[in-house]
Amino acid sequence: MFRAVFRLSATGARSLARSQQCRLAPVATRCYSHGKVESDEEFDARWVTYFSKPDIDAWELKKGMNTLIGYDLVPEAKILDSALRACRRLNDMASAIRILEAIKDKAGPHKDIYPYLIQELKPTLTELGISTPEELGMDRL
Amino acid sequence: MLASRALSLVSKRAISTSVCLRGGHGVAKVEDYALPVYFDRRENPLPDINYVQTLSPEQISLKEKEKGSWISLSNEEKIALYRISFKQSFAEMNQGSAEWKSVFGGVLFFIGFTGLVVLWQRKYVYGPVPPTFDDEHKAKELQRMLDMRINPVEGFSAKWDYENKQWKK
Repeated sequence: MFRAVFRLSATGARSLARSQQCRLAPVATRCYSHGKVESDEEFDARWVTYFSKPDIDAWELKKGMNTLIGYDLVPEAKILDSALRACRRLNDMASAIRILEAIKDKAGPHKDIYPYLIQELKPTLTELGISTPEELGMDRL
Repeated sequence: MLASRALSLVSKRAISTSVCLRGGHGVAKVEDYALPVYFDRRENPLPDINYVQTLSPEQISLKEKEKGSWISLSNEEKIALYRISFKQSFAEMNQGSAEWKSVFGGVLFFIGFTGLVVLWQRKYVYGPVPPTFDDEHKAKELQRMLDMRINPVEGFSAKWDYENKQWKK
């Protein structure tokens, strides 16, 4: 908060306009008055590239996924597709199911996001043979 | 994440019996608390270590099968693989408990007990109230306030009818 006050006092109306614009941008970015704001497409592309690394290791998958879940958003289908394929490369079926559980939990009260994502990911799920938590009965107690 | 690790009730530590060698100076023992911990948290879906560290022979063969095509895995095998890596599913870790009823009941019980203590104190601990609390004394106080015209405009004495010596209707 103090950093914001300093910024507003030290710079001017121009930076105020910039920081206003920043607040509308995806929250994954930092609010610098002079820095470039990352667009949604750039964010998605960056994460797809991260998970598409051919020799990704288990730690990187975990770190990436935990970081992604930490953001205030539900990842796009293409990022999840990339992450599920990374699970396949690592021979980690359990993590693939866990990722699906996590994004359903991440959607929170917006109940229509998860079915949409499953619909988008259906080709990948059938190709790789990943079952959804619902198919395994893991969404119930 | 460190705070949640401290607070988590379920933890499964990575078993490590190896010791660190450093530049030939000696052996540093890796302490148990310094190793990664397993915990189920919504915000950390993939914990640092698998839940089951030592696999049984069936689990080892299942892990081998996992390296092949997943389409050939049955639902039970998929669930078994999940349970090797994770302790509780999201549904299980997010479920509520009935603990709040015990907590609420306990709170009310202790408030009630405190009430009994207060009543006992009033009877056995505290001395009598001063004589100024007697009805007769209070009546004299009231008359004095009216004679002094306390708050005559909108407050106390304003509500007293001095002609008829009664409260205004």
